[in-house]
Amino acid sequence: MKQDFKAAGARPAPLRKKSVVDRVNGAARKLPAWAVYIVGLLPVPWMFYLAQTGGYGPDPVKGLEHALGQWALQLLIAGLAITPLRRFAGINLIKFRRALGLLAFAYVSLHLTVWIALDMGLFWAQMLGDVIKRPYITIGMTGFLCLIPLALTSNNRSIRKLGPKWRSLHKLVYLAVLLGGIHFIWLVKGVQLEPLIYMAVILALLAVRLPHFAKVRA
Amino acid sequence: LSSIAGGLHAAPDGLEPNSYEDITQYNNYYEFGTGKSDPAENAHTLTTTPWSVEIAGLVDKPATYAMQDIIDAMTIEERIYRFRCVEAWSMVVPWNGFELADLLNLAGVQSGAKYVAFETAFRPDEMPGVKYPVLEWPYVEALRLDEAMHPLTLMATGIYGKPIPNQNGAPLRLVVPWKYGYKSIKSIVRITLTDTQPPTSWNKANPGEYGFYSNVNPDVSHPRWSQASERPIGGGLFAGRQPTLMFNGYEDEVAGLYAGLDLVANP
Repeated sequence: MKQDFKAAGARPAPLRKKSVVDRVNGAARKLPAWAVYIVGLLPVPWMFYLAQTGGYGPDPVKGLEHALGQWALQLLIAGLAITPLRRFAGINLIKFRRALGLLAFAYVSLHLTVWIALDMGLFWAQMLGDVIKRPYITIGMTGFLCLIPLALTSNNRSIRKLGPKWRSLHKLVYLAVLLGGIHFIWLVKGVQLEPLIYMAVILALLAVRLPHFAKVRA
Repeated sequence: LSSIAGGLHAAPDGLEPNSYEDITQYNNYYEFGTGKSDPAENAHTLTTTPWSVEIAGLVDKPATYAMQDIIDAMTIEERIYRFRCVEAWSMVVPWNGFELADLLNLAGVQSGAKYVAFETAFRPDEMPGVKYPVLEWPYVEALRLDEAMHPLTLMATGIYGKPIPNQNGAPLRLVVPWKYGYKSIKSIVRITLTDTQPPTSWNKANPGEYGFYSNVNPDVSHPRWSQASERPIGGGLFAGRQPTLMFNGYEDEVAGLYAGLDLVANP
């Protein structure tokens, strides 16, 4: 636990009243990472239940597909927020980052499966054409491909084996989340606000990683 | 509006209409929001009585026609049509309405007229969606005169024998069953006969994606949605896809309108 304290970059302050940051860090220390997997997967059966019982309205396929895609993007963004939260707010949630990443991958995979099986109804020839010709689908698919090596190496063995290369490899998530954000903007008709908000958050979280911001410490 | 329903006719090819629920809860009507359920939630604010339609341009009797006068002069009938959205989903809708040709003849089309332009109501106080520049408001659409005069081209005033709900384009909307849904402009306040091709909203917003004709055509691909197949709405999670038909299944009736026209160059 001492290690976590150091990693948080916070100074010990025994006389100070417990701040919100301390409380969050304390709670995070107590919460095991596996709990995040459980909680993170709970929406999946709920979404399928909604889809089967009219909760998504007359078009459950799109409802399910979009809900899964949106969760995937939110989880990727949450994963991207871990480092800035520690750096700028002293909140240390780093032990949950792998869970967030793997959950995001699970949601992207389900999103893709729903697209293939339920949306496209296994019309393989048309799907192949769409992947090549429709930029928003090409971009989404590229984002998915970027996540595959990351999911495969999200384990302690790979971290040991790859050494410093692991860090470089996992920077691929920056590209993946950007592609996810563009995929969302591009698939809606006209100019709509929601995907632009996602993109703004993504760009902000990437911007704080630029060298200029990286020097600033809270 | 006692005459809104009109007589019932069986669908010529045994089409099974979607439920009233599907048709009225799953709408694209961006003036009330871009979500599919937004129009059903928000469109109740639209005042549809009184309503009038201005018919202007190259007509003998340009005037502002009261909605009730139009209804009284028209023969309302039921038409069960396929409805195909450019987003590659489809429904079957039992419309009530009258032929646009009858309304245009009422106003008297002049010989120089070549196109018919339509305009949707623009009411910022009643339409929460127009706060956002999703499209340039008001929504406008247009047809070539021969398309407008075609007997399949309907002005809808009802669905399932009930007055058309606001979210479906009350009190008067166009229905052109062989074109993508966005051509079937809702809540019409102005019809103008012109001799030059009028602008249309989606074409203005994205000319690379939406042409003037917008005929349903499985062979002409939209840049974002392949139009080769469609998802019928209302069949649940496992309804799958079906191939899209040329001119949305109305090829026999309307192909003649486009004889000699390159449908790829004129999407």
